[in-house]
Amino acid sequence: MSDLYAWAAIALIVLASTTGDVLLSYSMKRVGDVGELWRRRGTLAVIRRVLSTPTFPLGVAAMGVAFYSLLFGLSWGNLSLVVPASASLTFVANAVAARIFLHELVGRRRWIAALLVAGGVVLMAV
Amino acid sequence: MTFRKYLVLAGITVFSTAGDSLLARGMKDIGAVSLHNLPGLLLAILNPWVALGILFLLTFFTCYMSALSWADLTYVLPATSLAYVLVALVGHFRLHEVISPTRWLGIALIAAGVGFVAAGPSLTPVRAQENSSESPNAVTEEVKL
Repeated sequence: MSDLYAWAAIALIVLASTTGDVLLSYSMKRVGDVGELWRRRGTLAVIRRVLSTPTFPLGVAAMGVAFYSLLFGLSWGNLSLVVPASASLTFVANAVAARIFLHELVGRRRWIAALLVAGGVVLMAV
Repeated sequence: MTFRKYLVLAGITVFSTAGDSLLARGMKDIGAVSLHNLPGLLLAILNPWVALGILFLLTFFTCYMSALSWADLTYVLPATSLAYVLVALVGHFRLHEVISPTRWLGIALIAAGVGFVAAGPSLTPVRAQENSSESPNAVTEEVKL
């Protein structure tokens, strides 16, 4: 029973954090290299620029959902199952989402990495 | 990739591991949260371990946002996924969770995947060209990789 809850939490974490990651990555690409912005204009300019990107709060909200799903999952399952399983599945979902929504070139190297991690997740769930 | 950028990637790995481990430590105090007691989950942040974990995760988030501003999502995530391996080790040695041989093999596969993607470029050509209008230096830097 607690396993079912843990996996339900994992599914929720994957969905929410993939949505969040894509939205946040999109936001930060629009902001540009924060290191350079910080050197030229200072901390406040970076914070202002990030917060004024409309997709940023949406991404944070999705991450909030993922975070509470994680707390829920951790109260039911082991740390060494819930965290790696959800995070690695998120990684695979993100490879697909980044290609579709962010138009990133997910080449052979990145797909092989995705498959290795997916295989790792299956083994960790056994 | 400059040294500063590798430092940011390392920060993501370390702070997310520390944050998750502190959260797990706190949730062990609180115990299993049932579906009928969801407000209990909101009160979980009052636990000192959970609060400290959140502080670490906020630091992680800052590093993560910084990395996403100069690298692909499909690079940042796997490059920092050594955190899963770290988290399993912390679970094993600090929280005394049992890790079976197959789970160890899973950890090894994940680590191999990390190595695979980390050896490649951090920004794919399409992105590099788009960014070139703003910072031409970034392109030459990534092409060298």
